[in-house]
Amino acid sequence: MFAAVPLFPEQASTHAGRVDSLFFFIVAITAAVSLLVTVLIITFAVRYRRRPNNNYDPHIQGSMKLELFWTITPFFFFMVMFVWGARVYFAVAESPIDAMEVYVVGKQWMWKMQHQTGQREINVLHVPVGQAVKLTLTSEDVIHDFFVPDFRIKLDVLPGRYMHTWFQATKVGTYDLYCSQYCGTNHAGMIGKVVVMEKAQFDGWLSSQAEGSLALQGRKLFLKYQCITCHSADSQARAPVLEGLFGRMVALEDGKTVVANEDYIRESIYKPRAKIVFGWRPIMPSFEGQIDEQEMIELIAFIKALRPGETPVRNEESTPPAVDPTSEEVTRPKP
Amino acid sequence: MSTVLEQEPQAVPPAPESRRNYLNAAFGVKSWLLTTDHKRIAILYLASVTFMFFLGGAAATLIRLNLMTPQGDLVTADTYNKLFTMHGVIMVWFFLVPVIPNVLGNFFLPMMIGARDLALPKINLASWYVFMAGAAFTLWAILAGGVDTGWTFYTPFSSKSSHTNVIPTLIGIVISGFSSIFTGLNFVVTVHRMRAPGMTWGRLPLFIWSLYATSVILLLATPVLAIALTLVMVERFFQIGIFDPALGGDPLLFQHLFWFYSHPVVYVMVLPGMGIVSEIITCYSRKTIFGYQFVALASIAIAVLGFLVWAHHMFVAGQSVYSAMIFSALSYAVAIPSAIKVFNWTATLYKGSISLQTPMLFALGFIALFTIGGVTGLMLAALGVDMHVHDTYFIIAHFHFIMVGGSVMAYMGGLHYWWPKMTGRLYPEGWAKVAAMLIFFGFILTFLPQFVLGYLGMPRRYHAYPPKYQVLNAMSSAGASILAVGYLFPFTYLLWSLGYGKRSGPNPWKATGLEWQTPSPPPTDNFETTPIVTTGPYNYLQQALTDVEENEIGDQLRAPGPPV
Amino acid sequence: MATNSGLLAHQFDDLEQQRDTELLSMWLFLATELLIFGGLFTGYAAYRYAYPNDFEAASRHLNVLIGAINTIVLLSSSLTMALAVHATHKNRQNMLVACLALTALLGTVFMILKGFEYYIDYREDLVPWTSHFRAEEWINPGQIALFLLFYYVMTGLHAIHLTVGIGLMLWLTIQARRGRYSPEHYIPVEVIGLYWHFVDIVWIFLLPLLYLIGTHSPGDLHF
Repeated sequence: MFAAVPLFPEQASTHAGRVDSLFFFIVAITAAVSLLVTVLIITFAVRYRRRPNNNYDPHIQGSMKLELFWTITPFFFFMVMFVWGARVYFAVAESPIDAMEVYVVGKQWMWKMQHQTGQREINVLHVPVGQAVKLTLTSEDVIHDFFVPDFRIKLDVLPGRYMHTWFQATKVGTYDLYCSQYCGTNHAGMIGKVVVMEKAQFDGWLSSQAEGSLALQGRKLFLKYQCITCHSADSQARAPVLEGLFGRMVALEDGKTVVANEDYIRESIYKPRAKIVFGWRPIMPSFEGQIDEQEMIELIAFIKALRPGETPVRNEESTPPAVDPTSEEVTRPKP
Repeated sequence: MSTVLEQEPQAVPPAPESRRNYLNAAFGVKSWLLTTDHKRIAILYLASVTFMFFLGGAAATLIRLNLMTPQGDLVTADTYNKLFTMHGVIMVWFFLVPVIPNVLGNFFLPMMIGARDLALPKINLASWYVFMAGAAFTLWAILAGGVDTGWTFYTPFSSKSSHTNVIPTLIGIVISGFSSIFTGLNFVVTVHRMRAPGMTWGRLPLFIWSLYATSVILLLATPVLAIALTLVMVERFFQIGIFDPALGGDPLLFQHLFWFYSHPVVYVMVLPGMGIVSEIITCYSRKTIFGYQFVALASIAIAVLGFLVWAHHMFVAGQSVYSAMIFSALSYAVAIPSAIKVFNWTATLYKGSISLQTPMLFALGFIALFTIGGVTGLMLAALGVDMHVHDTYFIIAHFHFIMVGGSVMAYMGGLHYWWPKMTGRLYPEGWAKVAAMLIFFGFILTFLPQFVLGYLGMPRRYHAYPPKYQVLNAMSSAGASILAVGYLFPFTYLLWSLGYGKRSGPNPWKATGLEWQTPSPPPTDNFETTPIVTTGPYNYLQQALTDVEENEIGDQLRAPGPPV
Repeated sequence: MATNSGLLAHQFDDLEQQRDTELLSMWLFLATELLIFGGLFTGYAAYRYAYPNDFEAASRHLNVLIGAINTIVLLSSSLTMALAVHATHKNRQNMLVACLALTALLGTVFMILKGFEYYIDYREDLVPWTSHFRAEEWINPGQIALFLLFYYVMTGLHAIHLTVGIGLMLWLTIQARRGRYSPEHYIPVEVIGLYWHFVDIVWIFLLPLLYLIGTHSPGDLHF
């Protein structure tokens, strides 16, 4: 029975070994000092126990040298731990450029994954080995947390915001996925698996799940919700061009600039008046309540992938969406 | 009749019945419920927090029982979630925060500085009533359906998603916060204004220094908690999005406000325990503390730095990496004064004359377990490691090592140490040693496996878990049962000693300190005449020289020389 | 024990120690109050930084005229309070009673005007969690509601503190009429005076942060 009891997680990502090395370093230093302190306490308690001729010396009051020693020495060790820890942490903050993108939506009490190429999964994530995978995560309701112990990655998943992390799996296998931010009744049930496969097998799995890429789905939504009516990239366009927008700086009407990332796109669709692009009128209606998180991810994927010349052609017969009734006013009139 | 060799505390023949002390100064329920005597108020608190401790412990028992099996179906998921919330809320706010300050601090702070009472006795009594009011609200919320948000009340779950008695619980906690504020205020003012003649800051016992630092934290941090929890109540009641992203709010703002209080409060929970350890180590080594100024100032440093590290609870919550770095560095800084204390306590034992009475066993146990808890804190301060173990059983093990292996052990030590003074009775030493062993080893079996579980990846607040974690969970639950028995021991024999224990004289441990210069139990006004202080605390050198003269033991002591 | 004409509590050795203690206590209590309001100010600052335009837009709808009048009222009440402390030291009993009563009166005027202002806010549909709020009239109703929430919570908490202060002031007035206060026994007046000044100072911060962050035109001044 004891043979089956794991005492240490697997190292299944490029990150895992780094975390473990740092951990073992700190354990080694602190165990040594703790052991020293324990041995000293036991030794003193025995050697100086209350009896005649035990070398009792109540004159001792302190020692500046010792105080300085055991203040400064720990300080140096702590600085090493801090710097090392920061470096390991930074490593997962920015993903490599060639990372494969996966979108994750957490909700009570399940994980929904969407691959770039459109495949959807629930509570399972298939990834190829040896390939960097960038995760973009959000929540539909409360705060969750995406945790894969064997990869040593963990990130809170917030509603209304996109979080990013990445990993690169190094070993084929199946690994646990947990939610590790308490989220209600079935928090303990919000678990899943990450299945790491050889590249060839992964490609095979992908094609067996073929659905049409996320970007393609997004393009369908772009037409369905009639975004094309205003964002048509032609002479009658009533809204800014979206081609090549993602990642660029956008100038706003109040003089500020903002980078067009996932959060910006999401906000622009749900709350179009929050940031008005310089030189354009605020006529975009809000799609809050109409577009859910998964559709949002597809639209974002579409806009991300939109190269110059790729905007769909506007169909003359489609009617524009109803213009927002308060478009001429920024606030309501004074009494 | 006193010798340096004496192991047994002094017992005395029964005192004449007519001697008045704070216990028999007046009888009747009203004399207790309307008392302004700090010692009686301490006893009132003792009763209340002991009750809350066993209530929180009952929740823990059910939790550990449920976790014996991977399916975790002893109770439903909802019940389990309510149990760990109840355990956290009760243990943090209704046991750990008040226990040492309001029981041992209330009783001994005035005595140790030579005062007749605290500066504001009526505020002291009010703090107990406010505490009870907060406890009543919270208990009612728990019994009338429970609350399932976790003691951390993270939004938007607590403000939007939970269907349980969140608001009454929060009201209870906010009310009890005022009890903390009253206590903190009282202690700070007392230490500033009520010291006996000759009791300079440099002569204060270290327990007082630690209570002072604790009180400063209570004063400055608790109000922020009140606001954080009140805003959650407002959001929940009015459905307005302060912390709700759908309405423009930010859930991280709650976390910042919450942890701005809740990190300093962990120092509230551990600093008084450290003070007790200083008192005990010196007494049972019969030596002054090694490095008095350093230990005293370390308490202040911990209090100050403790206010600057709160976001180390949020390394994976969504703050910027630069912000995380700053908090990581500061978290290492706050570890240094704690390390200084551990080294100084150890050095105090060197060339001491050590007796392993029960209080000393608890104090040494504190040093061992607090050190383990503290060094795991160093692991958590490292951003790269914390990312892996945050919100797992590693964290649970870390803070239980400090809170239970640390604070509760220190409290047990202090309770035993001062029990003869408070009650006039000696506890039974044999049973007490057994209890200390049960508690120490039971604790280690309970919580050491949880470090392994956490690094393996078992998240916290899970009522069920993958079967591969069962062996470690079963070990932990087994340890918890031993720990539970261990705690029942002192509950039993301390009560027993009230009626049947050997009577104690004024100073059974032959300790220095003003509290030992009065009868046991003390009279209502503590001192016949206001003491005049002429030496520092822990003047065991003087005591030892006196012992040598009295007993002609010979040149056990070296000739006086310069300090090491 | 020292002669104390019944003023000295048993835990103190002399009156000076007692006075020092009571003053220090009130200062420490005010420090905790600073942190309570500080928590709210922090939350307000965070959202003001995030949504400057919405906060400005909402702020313009607050009643600056009443806010300004209330400021004058409260500042005057601090003056009368300071005069009351002065009168105690100079043993001018009539002036003391008058100043205390006037302070209480001014505080009450503030509360009445505040209540009236809340009523006007209600009539102008500025109460987000009720039907008296027209979400469709705003660009970002959520952010406006956030501002208004902070407005009500902060001014409400201030009003609660002021109410307690008025109660204490009335008690002081009654005691003063019985001649309880003198150059020997002045601490209650001073200590409660400190509290009163603190409540005033909180208002001095609330006014610009809540009422004055946008530009106002004469059309804003109305009842």
